Amino acid sequence: MARFKPDLKEGEVTPEALYLRRREFLALGAAGAASMLLPGCAKADPQPTGATLQVARRVEKAGGEAPTPWSAVTSYNNFYELGTEKSDPAQNAGTLRPRPWTVSIEGEVKRPRRVAIDDLLRAFPLEERIYRMRCVEAWSMVIPWVGFPLADLVRQAEPTSRAKYVAFQTLLDPEQLPGQRRHVLEWPYVEALRIDEAVHPLALLAVGLYGRVLPGQNGAPVRLVVPWKYGFKGAKSIVAIRFQEERPRTTWNLEAPSEYGFYANVNPEVDHPRWSQARERRIGEFTRRRTLPFNGYADEVASLYAGMDLRKEF
Amino acid sequence: MAPPARVAPDARAAHAPVGGRPPWPGRRARARLLVGATLALALAPLAKMALDLYLGRLGANPIEAILDRLGFWTLTLLTLSLVPTPAHELLGLSWPVRIRRTLGLFAFSYATLHLLWYVGVDQLLDLELLVQDVVKRRFMTVGFAAWLLLVPLAVTSTDGWVRRLGYARWKRLHRLVYAAAALGAVHFVWRVKADLRRPSIFLAALAVLLLARLVPRAAARRVRAALGR
Repeated sequence: MARFKPDLKEGEVTPEALYLRRREFLALGAAGAASMLLPGCAKADPQPTGATLQVARRVEKAGGEAPTPWSAVTSYNNFYELGTEKSDPAQNAGTLRPRPWTVSIEGEVKRPRRVAIDDLLRAFPLEERIYRMRCVEAWSMVIPWVGFPLADLVRQAEPTSRAKYVAFQTLLDPEQLPGQRRHVLEWPYVEALRIDEAVHPLALLAVGLYGRVLPGQNGAPVRLVVPWKYGFKGAKSIVAIRFQEERPRTTWNLEAPSEYGFYANVNPEVDHPRWSQARERRIGEFTRRRTLPFNGYADEVASLYAGMDLRKEF
Repeated sequence: MAPPARVAPDARAAHAPVGGRPPWPGRRARARLLVGATLALALAPLAKMALDLYLGRLGANPIEAILDRLGFWTLTLLTLSLVPTPAHELLGLSWPVRIRRTLGLFAFSYATLHLLWYVGVDQLLDLELLVQDVVKRRFMTVGFAAWLLLVPLAVTSTDGWVRRLGYARWKRLHRLVYAAAALGAVHFVWRVKADLRRPSIFLAALAVLLLARLVPRAAARRVRAALGR
């Protein structure tokens, strides 16, 4: 991370107590590794690749935990448009052409427009945001994203008073996303946020990873990151951001409404019908840890849902 | 004194080809070779898993990868163990029957490893959660039920148990394998989130193998006759 200027605020620095326990974490990791993974881990981890992005600021929001290795973040992906196995997207990402690329900002906005991806990258200062990512499948990672606050884009688009929701639509092109040749899900993939969620400072449009341009398997060239929600909310390879009054029909919610709610806020108390959400495995670790409400971001986001029954609105 | 041979020496001699022992293995050796080959093939996936684990080739979530592979091979072997009976009755092939027990026992072994891996490694003996799994989640309930059904079949797989129960009763008991295989396939269907390709292959194979058992005896005889067996 030496390429970033150290401008961490005091509150962003790993708490001393945690820092002093670092050996415990190392020991835990070592125990796990020694028990089963030693030879595999002994190999040097591949270094990040791709064009570097200039980052104006760095915000650490993962409690000082080390990011999940680049190789894991870029080889263990749920991106069904590039295949349904975890290893498929990395292998098939070659067909996705993230340049040239246009994102349409449309619907209930005063300034609808179509913007080229490189103009979008120049429009807002890029930040590195280190977030926890909790998948609905009970695994998690710590990911150093590069992107800009979704709120910046929303404000610039000037939503009208009728804009209650923001929908994010993935590219529909079976040539580039061969997984779309089979009807695994309702294509194109659509995810959405309530407008107050969309302007929350944690919501991010990510264009990079580990200081590099976002790889195809991670949703190049631009994807949504909402760290207090399950990972599937983060629509990848976005071509349209649409503001609308009625709640959008979102892909996984359509597929299995009893399993994937519209909100999909990380909640250890609301189980998935097929597995518990109380614990999660951080990729690279042997044991499971407790899942935190709102993925540990409750202080910042819980007020968005004041008065809601989160068991019903899951 | 040597025990009396079951087959009279002159009878054996009558079957012996002119010029002494044939160059290919005898019947018993062939049977042993067949079971040995089955054993080796059934153990190969386990060896591959161990190797991939050792070399770190199981991706970012090796615990999940092993769990999935153990489940996959359980279903594969369980499905294969349903092949010999119709293969014999419809096609007149007898050698698959000789490896049926081996296939079944390996299916049970993989199922047990799958369960132990889930309980001991994936969930690290979180017993409260495991009880909830079985009680609350139909996906887990059917998987566990499938394993449970295989237990009495594995226990009574020996020749001794066939004698003790009598063949008819033993056969009736072992029809539980259909229920186990069906529950296992449903467990797989409920495991995947949206892509039903692989689970459907098992469901289709299972349907074919069960339908093959419903072919009337007379029709089966005609099929065998047509095949010249």
